[in-house]
Amino acid sequence: MTLAAAQQLPHIGLRGLLGRRLRKWTAISSVTFLGLVVVSAYLMPLGYMAATALKDAAQMSETGAPLYPAKPSTFTWQGQDYAVYNVPTADGVRQWALVDPRREDATFVDPAHPESGTIEWQGRWRTLEQAWQFGLELENFVTVWNQINFGRLLLNTFAIAMISTLGTLLSSTVVAYGFSRFRFPGKNGLFLLLLATIILPFQITLIPTFAVFLALGWTGTWLPLLVPHFFANAYNVFLLRQYFVTIPRELDEAAMMDGASPFRVLISVIVPQSIPVLTAVGLFHFFFAWNDFFQPLIYLQGNIDLQPLSVGIAVFNALYSQKPTLIQAAAVMSIVVPVAIFFFAQRAFMRGIVITGVEK
Amino acid sequence: MMLTLARRESFWGFAFIAPWILGALVFTLLPMGASFVISLTNFDPRYPDAVQSVGFANYQRMFSDPLVLQSLAVTVKFAALMLPLTLGVSLGLAMLVNNPKLLGRNVFRTLFYMPTQIPIVATTLIWQGVLNLHTGWVNYVLGAFGIAGPDWLNSTVWVYPGLSLISVWGTGTMMLIALAGLQSIPTELYEAARIDGAGKWAQFRNVTLPMVSPVFFYNLIIALIGTFQYFTQAYVLTNGRGDPDNATLFFNLNLYREGWRYYDMGYAATLAWLLFVIVLALTVILFRTRSRWVFEGAAR
Repeated sequence: MTLAAAQQLPHIGLRGLLGRRLRKWTAISSVTFLGLVVVSAYLMPLGYMAATALKDAAQMSETGAPLYPAKPSTFTWQGQDYAVYNVPTADGVRQWALVDPRREDATFVDPAHPESGTIEWQGRWRTLEQAWQFGLELENFVTVWNQINFGRLLLNTFAIAMISTLGTLLSSTVVAYGFSRFRFPGKNGLFLLLLATIILPFQITLIPTFAVFLALGWTGTWLPLLVPHFFANAYNVFLLRQYFVTIPRELDEAAMMDGASPFRVLISVIVPQSIPVLTAVGLFHFFFAWNDFFQPLIYLQGNIDLQPLSVGIAVFNALYSQKPTLIQAAAVMSIVVPVAIFFFAQRAFMRGIVITGVEK
Repeated sequence: MMLTLARRESFWGFAFIAPWILGALVFTLLPMGASFVISLTNFDPRYPDAVQSVGFANYQRMFSDPLVLQSLAVTVKFAALMLPLTLGVSLGLAMLVNNPKLLGRNVFRTLFYMPTQIPIVATTLIWQGVLNLHTGWVNYVLGAFGIAGPDWLNSTVWVYPGLSLISVWGTGTMMLIALAGLQSIPTELYEAARIDGAGKWAQFRNVTLPMVSPVFFYNLIIALIGTFQYFTQAYVLTNGRGDPDNATLFFNLNLYREGWRYYDMGYAATLAWLLFVIVLALTVILFRTRSRWVFEGAAR
């Protein structure tokens, strides 16, 4: 509403209008401020992770150390390095470098005015707190990379996730097409069976499947993690079929008039029409595979060269649980790729959740 | 002519769904039968040839096994805390990002959803640090308010709230589902409530809650089944030991230990059947009592 329009209205003068605008802005800024507080609290663990990964181990165990990555301050004076302390003086707390510590008193120098010489101070220097200055420690990442052969783990994870995503996309698309476009005896019963297998807990088939892979000699290889995905995943079939039935049949029929086989129709009509849902299902599955822990744990136990990140990082955590700086560095390294993919593809993600209604 | 057309159509239909039929047979239906057979044996993967039938001994053992009882108790304790917390948080976040007064709603929505996509192992590592007694930031914040924070993950009492906090990071999906529910509520209902003199709380109580109850019901089922599938976080925190004092011996962790630490796969298969029965029973019970949870007038 413009000001001119407001003037013509009875009972609403300029002041009333401004007051309402002001109220509206107050409400908007207070809700947004609340949102910022909540999101900061919610994402605080990421801050902890980043800060800890960039600290050296000494800072973690030091009381009075700041929360941000820092190193003890030092001051170079006359060719010597001296530690800097927070010293209470008559003029408030000062940051001075400790030149000569003694029992009941000490000699300091003021880094701000080194030319004015040393300062004698009465009191026990051991009661003083060290001063810290901001400083990043990148050594943790190098240590983790070398300790667990990180490049290898990353490559394994990527390969397993890519291959199984490809497998489930190919097979689930074909099966969903069969369920969405063709009439055949027992179709409804079979589709119900498919839906029933979605809610089946995977543990129920776990042990016999493990026994079969064991008998085939596939344990200790990637095959158990990949091959099943080439036989369609019930949930993905369901999502794709729900989308395929919304594609108008006239498009299929037009292609058939031109002499296209059913397979040809799938390739040149259905797939091009379904890019958003295929992208979404592919993304969901990729993240699922990247995240999977139980299956690689039981099939690749002891075969370190083939393990994905999830298992490698868990093993690392068991070995280095006393070194939080290394653990958090490992966490940073293992989330970089998924988080980057998420932000890069977040529009496809959100759209996929809208299209499919839910997600794994 | 018609007949051949119909037959051709059936042929193509079966041809296209063949991969799933094959997969369902080989990886689901036959293993289900086989898992019952295995549960009647003492199958040990190290000596597959020495397998012997033991009748129902595994089932008898299961009903008197203190560890099974413990793992069920652990799951129930955890679910009792985690379900209300995650359902409440997901609804709260959904209401926040649905508020028209919030600037940059899409950015907020994305940020709240993002932790859901962080791999669970990494999530566990991060929270293990955040909840640390001395160096964790949760206790640091509590300390700033003069509260001495507990040793979250090493206390048989505080480990459940601790694990529930970790679960809050996975509420992104629930939040989006709740958000879809909120956005489908007709604004006329709120207007009508306002005209009747309902305040903010009364509107929430009498319009929002009943209208999102169907969505909530769906979330509840998924989350409840999830607690019986809970494994990775518990395994990573204690390297599968179930510390402290078996307080994190979740059902699946116990199953894993029987099968892959003690190689007693006959018994593990028996436990898998118990899990199946429990999950099935819970789902059936929830659906049977749906009318108590869900306001039926809400369009779904």
